[in-house]
Amino acid sequence: MASVAPSPRFAGSLVLAARQFPRHRAATIGLVCLLLIVLATLLAPLIAPYDPIQIKLSMKLKPPSLEHFLGTDHFGRDVFSRLLYGGRTSLTVGLLVVAFAFLFGVPLGLASGYFGGRIDNVMMRLVDAFLTFPPLLLAVAVVGLLGPELQYVTLALGIVQAPVLARMVRGSTLAVREDVYVTAARALGAGPLRIVLSHLLRNVMSPIVVQLTIVFSAAVIAEASLSFLGFGTQPPEPSWGRDMSEARRFLNDAPWMFLAPTVTIMLCVLSINFLGDGLRDAMDPRAWRTRGTIDPEEA
Amino acid sequence: MPLLSVRNLQTRFATDRGTVHAVNGVSFDLEEGEILGLVGESGSGKSVTALSIMRLVPEPPGKITADAMMLEGIDLMRLDESAVRSLRGSRMAMIFQDPMRSLNPVLTIGRQITEVLRRHRKVDGAEARKRAIDLLETVGIPMAEKRLAAYPHQFSGGMRQRVMIAIALSCNPRLLIADEATTALDVTIQAQIIDLVKRLTRERGTSVIWISHDLGVVAGLCDRVNVMYAGAVVESGPIRELFRRPSHGYTLGLLGSTPRVDGTGARRLTPIEGMPPNLIDPDPLCPFLPRCRVSVEACRAGPPLPREVGTDHWAACLADLAS
Repeated sequence: MASVAPSPRFAGSLVLAARQFPRHRAATIGLVCLLLIVLATLLAPLIAPYDPIQIKLSMKLKPPSLEHFLGTDHFGRDVFSRLLYGGRTSLTVGLLVVAFAFLFGVPLGLASGYFGGRIDNVMMRLVDAFLTFPPLLLAVAVVGLLGPELQYVTLALGIVQAPVLARMVRGSTLAVREDVYVTAARALGAGPLRIVLSHLLRNVMSPIVVQLTIVFSAAVIAEASLSFLGFGTQPPEPSWGRDMSEARRFLNDAPWMFLAPTVTIMLCVLSINFLGDGLRDAMDPRAWRTRGTIDPEEA
Repeated sequence: MPLLSVRNLQTRFATDRGTVHAVNGVSFDLEEGEILGLVGESGSGKSVTALSIMRLVPEPPGKITADAMMLEGIDLMRLDESAVRSLRGSRMAMIFQDPMRSLNPVLTIGRQITEVLRRHRKVDGAEARKRAIDLLETVGIPMAEKRLAAYPHQFSGGMRQRVMIAIALSCNPRLLIADEATTALDVTIQAQIIDLVKRLTRERGTSVIWISHDLGVVAGLCDRVNVMYAGAVVESGPIRELFRRPSHGYTLGLLGSTPRVDGTGARRLTPIEGMPPNLIDPDPLCPFLPRCRVSVEACRAGPPLPREVGTDHWAACLADLAS
């Protein structure tokens, strides 16, 4: 251990993965784009030129101009300002649902897939029960029961998404569990916890990441649907999904009203998808662009 | 006292079609530093015997019973899972057939070696890293320090098997089980790996159970051989003795169906006709009887009991093959 100066450091797998990430150009763009959007919504009070809920009917349905550079809506509210504030709702819901689905879906799926047998049976029947409901209906039921506050909307959407993730993780785990290296690790004395965390989880991470990007997109859209049905964000509070569904009525007269949140959601989802792609590749050493085999025996 | 002593090991699997008797009363002793070959065709119970000793057979559907399974005086059958776990990797280790798949593809080589050291030897990261470099050098991997950060897919099959051997020997186990460890490798690499195992285990006095269906490999490596058929050891003896005087119909068939490259005259290979027996309802008679070319009248009367046919050499066969 004396001198390890120029030789490659013995970095942990995660460090190596992190170093790999910036090589994925689309993912880096996605990450920057997403960070900018998040930053903009966080700084909304500083950036937003107008109060997002201040009604000014004299200014209604104005096209983009210098004062309102994304135009105004049917109450004369500034679309850009609403976009900034609305992002707070949409992104919060999206990210929290992702976190919820991850925290519940992944351990559930791993346990189910690894232990199998009765544990698997009980858990998967539970998951099946949730999956039999149409997702939106289930969310409506939860919100209807608890109230239309944002935290319940998040919870409802999390409950909808976690079982989907759990089932997917279980499937991947079942496949990975049978790999020889899992038996090999057991033959070297690894216990269940280590097997699950350092062998199974790492190997099912790529599909999880991909699925989570889908969960995020689905959550943002679902929040919009809930709002549209009157179960999500209550007017006049802004939210991308809500504003989008409201703008449909004015599609011909004021397309900017519709385009602003739609394009933003699209941008977010696209960013996250790119980001997910990059994360997936970064976590799979086999996808790295390396020099190939380093091997005297085959040389 | 032998290092490993197995008495009447039975491993069964419950399936929809009935109970499969995968291992049927296997008994043997393994001395300190001895290399024991376990040969037999696919499905003869070699691997399940190994997995049973490691207590790696999933229960259920599997079920292991044994009168005794003593490793260094500890009865493995009496230990609970966590006690066995602390022996795996430290007192007994196992390497597998497919080096392409027995390393985790998403973890670095260094991580996979140090993980075992840190678990069993409780050494810190720097010490584990140092030992990992030593180990890789010992198994003949050049530029070991650099290779710690490499991933399995950057290694060839031979190198991966070397890494597996390094990992398996990292905590100096007394027992190493190699399950078809060279089967997936081409012959030159195979010879290198066999030399490596031979050298390392001789140096350290490790006992080895070498599972293979390749009699040539076993002949070059092992001190003793157990020939398995239908989940039972049918013949056991010192390597030269057994090759010189095969005393079981199955061993005879096995030798007759193996090509020789040492130039002992051109001869036809004789295949063993028929199929391995069904292990769900084993016949009490000799399981090899339906395929045997040397069976005698007595074979149909009752089960063959193991009998001494030479020094330290026995076979469960009723036919007299001495002639």
